[in-house]
Amino acid sequence: MLSLQNKSIISIRDLKKEEIELILDKAEEMENKLKKKEPLYSLKNKILASLFFEPSTKTRLSFSAAMQKLGGSVIEIEYSTTVKNLVDKIKMIENYCDVILLRHPREGSARLAAEISKKPVINAGDGSNQHPTQTLIDLFTIRKLKGKIENLNVSLVGDLKYNAVMKSLFYALGIFKANITLASPPELQMSWENIEEVRDKFGVKIFQTNNIASAIEEADVLYVCGIKKENFLDVFEAEKIQKNFRITLDLLENAKEDLIILHPLPKEIEIDSKIDETKFAKYYEQANFGLPVRMAILSLVCE
Amino acid sequence: MSEQRIVTNIENGTVIDHIPAGKGKKIFEILKLDEHDGRTVLLINTFSKKLGRKDVIKVENKEIGEKEINKIALFAPNATISIIRNWEVAEKRKVELPEVIENVASCPNKNCITNSEEMAKSKFVVEKKDPLKLRCWYCEKVFGIEEIM
Repeated sequence: MLSLQNKSIISIRDLKKEEIELILDKAEEMENKLKKKEPLYSLKNKILASLFFEPSTKTRLSFSAAMQKLGGSVIEIEYSTTVKNLVDKIKMIENYCDVILLRHPREGSARLAAEISKKPVINAGDGSNQHPTQTLIDLFTIRKLKGKIENLNVSLVGDLKYNAVMKSLFYALGIFKANITLASPPELQMSWENIEEVRDKFGVKIFQTNNIASAIEEADVLYVCGIKKENFLDVFEAEKIQKNFRITLDLLENAKEDLIILHPLPKEIEIDSKIDETKFAKYYEQANFGLPVRMAILSLVCE
Repeated sequence: MSEQRIVTNIENGTVIDHIPAGKGKKIFEILKLDEHDGRTVLLINTFSKKLGRKDVIKVENKEIGEKEINKIALFAPNATISIIRNWEVAEKRKVELPEVIENVASCPNKNCITNSEEMAKSKFVVEKKDPLKLRCWYCEKVFGIEEIM
């Protein structure tokens, strides 16, 4: 029987389609329970250790809320920028908890933690590598709002080079055989290795452009992420790229009627705030799905 | 001058031939031959009909096993391994690229956890054989062999 019990969630690359569907179905169940305000105690006496070596509001708080909604409790380390000796920290903290949530700036940190820990590890972002739980929220949102993921035209817009959310989602969209458009400034393109891997493994159609308008035209889903100035040596150049690579109302004139726009939040300037009020904006709904999806993950891993 | 006239033959041990010139030192390190008790020779930049220039390693009183041989595949995929017993070539062993390569070269991604945690050992999974592409097991980035070397 398919089970994620005691399994670490490190990378979308590790998950089979059936396992992703199991999480999405469980999230559906959790959402219904939340709506009915059913009291939930399935993780009573279970402890989540939340280890964040980088600032995060949404991921940290939503996991914390998810654990408490399921009757469990949360222990945290004080936010620390000292990223050294991860092994020692994991070896110590695993004794106090049932599951570890880890956000760390070094790529591969979550996989290393999972290998040395007796307790399952959930990757809450490892540098620019992976952010699998955000991807599960994204997939849940698309499935919920569009009824399916297969064969949808999904455009990923923004920083496709450094952003872990985009890399995880790109791979997952391959698993679900969506038609993918990658739109980014030339400096921030998805790596050729990633494109080749997804194309060859899943046989999906991938279209690459640096023109936002062409990424919007046929899209059913427009997934936008910000461009960080820190990734550029020249701040002026970064600001120029940010301004040029922005979703504005006039760009949506030729969009499909039922287009949905998603964003991992919080936004900066990449989406014109006037779009928040339109029927296209679904990012607040997407953020709302963070709770049932993370409850589903904790529940399947810890129960 | 031929190689035979520079270095004497060995009675028992291993000869690793057809190593691309300049890679012999790396293979010497990977196989930790500096820790070996017997006589060991690293011949650099010797003449080769096949390669133009090549490196050769001769190790006395040590038969290099399959696991060790495969470690060198990354740097010398066409190397030939001869096991010598009683001055004769008793066995020829082939270098084969393993699916997983551990602890041979460090990850070129400076931000990979294997470059900052002492306990973490480097590990690459062969993604593609021709041209050779390796994916770091930890940071999941893909590298060509020239980036890793």
